[in-house]
Amino acid sequence: MSISPRLSSAFAKRHPALVCFLTAGDGDTAANLDALVEGGADVIELGMPFTDPMADGPAIQNANIRSLGNGTTTADVFAIAAAFRQRHPETPLVLMGYANPMIRRGPEWFADRCETAGVDGVICVDIPPEEDEALGPALRSAGVAPIRLATPTTHTKRLPAVIEGSQGFLYYVSVAGITGKQQAAQASIEEAVARLKAATDLPVAVGFGVRTPEQASAIAMVADGVVVGSALVELVAEHGSDAPKHLKALTASLANAVHNARKASQKEENA
Amino acid sequence: MTENTPNSFRNQPDERGHFGDYGGRYVAETLMPLVLDLEREYRKAQADPEFQREFDDLLEHYVGRPSPLYFAERLTESLREDADEGMGAQVWFKRDELNHTGAHKINNCIGQILLAMRMGKTRIIAETGAGQHGVATATVCARFGLPCVIYMGATDVARQQPNVFRMKLLGAQVVPVTSGRATLKDAMNEGLRDWVANVHNTFYIIGTAAGPHPYPELVRDFQSVIGKEARAQMQDRIGRLPDLLVAAIGGGSNALGLFHPFLDDPDVNMLGVEAAGHGLDGDEHAASLLGGFPGVLHGNKTYLLQDEDGQITEGHSISAGLDYPGIGPEHAWLKDTGRVEYTAITDEEALDAFQLLCRTEGIIPALEPSHAIAAVAKRAKQMPKDSVILANLCGRGDKDIFTVAERLGVEM
Repeated sequence: MSISPRLSSAFAKRHPALVCFLTAGDGDTAANLDALVEGGADVIELGMPFTDPMADGPAIQNANIRSLGNGTTTADVFAIAAAFRQRHPETPLVLMGYANPMIRRGPEWFADRCETAGVDGVICVDIPPEEDEALGPALRSAGVAPIRLATPTTHTKRLPAVIEGSQGFLYYVSVAGITGKQQAAQASIEEAVARLKAATDLPVAVGFGVRTPEQASAIAMVADGVVVGSALVELVAEHGSDAPKHLKALTASLANAVHNARKASQKEENA
Repeated sequence: MTENTPNSFRNQPDERGHFGDYGGRYVAETLMPLVLDLEREYRKAQADPEFQREFDDLLEHYVGRPSPLYFAERLTESLREDADEGMGAQVWFKRDELNHTGAHKINNCIGQILLAMRMGKTRIIAETGAGQHGVATATVCARFGLPCVIYMGATDVARQQPNVFRMKLLGAQVVPVTSGRATLKDAMNEGLRDWVANVHNTFYIIGTAAGPHPYPELVRDFQSVIGKEARAQMQDRIGRLPDLLVAAIGGGSNALGLFHPFLDDPDVNMLGVEAAGHGLDGDEHAASLLGGFPGVLHGNKTYLLQDEDGQITEGHSISAGLDYPGIGPEHAWLKDTGRVEYTAITDEEALDAFQLLCRTEGIIPALEPSHAIAAVAKRAKQMPKDSVILANLCGRGDKDIFTVAERLGVEM
C-alpha cells in the first residue's frame, strides 16, 4: 500500500514545513492541536506517552507523566488522532513515541489502528534500522510511513541503512542528546543537512533544541522542515486550559519564520 | 550424534544479538554507532590473550578469585530435620560474597572498565539500585583513575545511605534521580540520557546482563568466571557435577554467570529465583518472567512488568537489587526453551532464609541470595540425600542489616 499523499504534499509546498509536537493526553489535546493548525503548522507530531521516555528532556518527560497521570491510554491516543483527522482532513499527523506501547499488542495491530485513525507516519525512537522488523514491515504494508531518525553520530557509511525503508521524511536530530536541551551550532546543521540531502530524496526535517523563530528561520534556510516540541509542550504546562491562544501565537511566529526564511534572505541579497 | 541432538544452549546470541526472539539493539540512533563500536571492540578483546590475562590477573589479585566452593554442612543437616527419610540434598555455596566489594558485581565491572580503556573512553557512568553495582563501578574507577558518575533513584539514595557514602569515598559523583518513581529504572533512563549526550567520551558500565547487544553477552561472559570455577571445583571436590544449580535473579547476571558454563550438561538442572515480593497474585512483586510479558525497554526485548498498554509498572521486593521491572534477555530465552526453570520467593520467605543462614553457617547473606537460599530450602527436602545443590551466594548482607532490622521490628 502506498503512503498517504498528505505528508508528501506538506513537504511539496513552496516553503519549508513547520512540524509541531505535543504529547497526547497532556491538557485539552484537541483544542491544543487545533491551535497549532490555526497558527500555521504544516505537520503535527503527536507524542504517545510512555512511562520511560529515555530520549526526552524534562519538558517532555513531565508531559508524559502528566498525560499518564490523567489516565491516557493507547485507545485515547488513537481517538485523539481519529478526531483530528475528521476536523483536519489535509494536515498530516505523525505519531512519535517508544517501541513498547507500539508493539504491545503486535505490530500489525498498531499499524492497522494507525491506518484506521488516519495517522500518516510513525517515529519510533528506540527501533533503529537493525530492529526494523519489530514494526517497519507492518507499517509499510498498512501504508503508514516509518520515519527514521538520523543523528550527528550517524556516519556516512551507516546512512544508507538508515534511509533504506524510511518513508515520509527523514528526521535529523541535530544534537547528540535529549529533547529540549542544548541547541546545535548552525554550521553543523548545514553540513549535516547537505550530507543527508546528498544521500536521499526524502525531505529532511531538523529538530531537538529548536525553540525560537530565529533558530527556526536559520534552519529553514537549509532544511525542508523544522521540528519544535519542548517549547510548545512547556506552554501547555504553563497555561493549562488557556494554552491554545499561547500555542497559536508561538506557532504563528514560528510558521512565519520558517515559511518566509528563504524569501527574507533573498530580499537581503537583492537589497 | 543423531539429527535430534539439540543445538547447544551456549551459542547465543546470534550475530544480531538476538537470543531467540529476545535481546537485540533497541536504542536511539545516536547510540547505535557506539553500540556497534562496542561490539567490534569486544570481539577484538576476546581474541586478544593480553586482555584475558589482564582480566584474570585483576580477578585473582584485586577481586580475590577464585572464590571458595563451600559445603554448608549445618544448613544441610538443618534442612534434613524436616525432610522425609533418605531425603535432603547436600547444599553447597559458591562464595561470591567474599569478593572485594562483597558481591559478584565487581567481576563485570573489571571486564567493562578494561574495555572502556581499550576504546579510549575517559569518563564512566553507571546506574545503581541498592548501590552494589554503583560501589563496584566506583571501585574500578578509583582503581584506574577515571571520573565516575553514578545515577541512583532519589528514593534509593534515601534508603541506601551507607552505599551512597561508600561511592563518594571512592571518588564517584552520585546523582539522585527524581524523575518517574525515582528508583532503579529511572536511574537507568537517566544514565541513557547522559550517555546519549556524551557518547564521544563516555562508557556506560551496565550492571546486569541486559541492555542493548553486546551488553547481555559480555556481562554474561565476564560473570561466567563464577560457573567456570564452580564446575572445576565441583569435579575436584566430589568428582562430579551438581544435580541442581540455584541463583537469585534481578537482571540475572549472577545466575547466568553460574548457569552458562553448565548449560550443555544435560544432567544439571537449573533454577532461577525471582522476587515474589508480597506475592505473585498482586502487583507487589518483581517477577518479570513469571508475572510479566515480552516487550522492549532499555535497549532489549525481554519479559517486562507492564500493563496492557505497554506502560512499565514498578517492581517491588524487599531486596533493592531485585527490584527491576525487566530481566536479561538470555533468561527470557532460557525460560521459553525450558532449559532453566524459574520460581519466585516472597519477602517473608527470603527473610526467613536470611536468618537461617546466619544461624546455621555464620554467614550473613545479602537479601538477593536469601531468595535463592529460600528456594534451596524447599528443593533440598524433595531431593535424595546423595544429590547435590549448588547455589550462588552472590552477595554479603552487611548492606541489608538496616532493612532486615526494620522488618524484624528492631530499633538500631
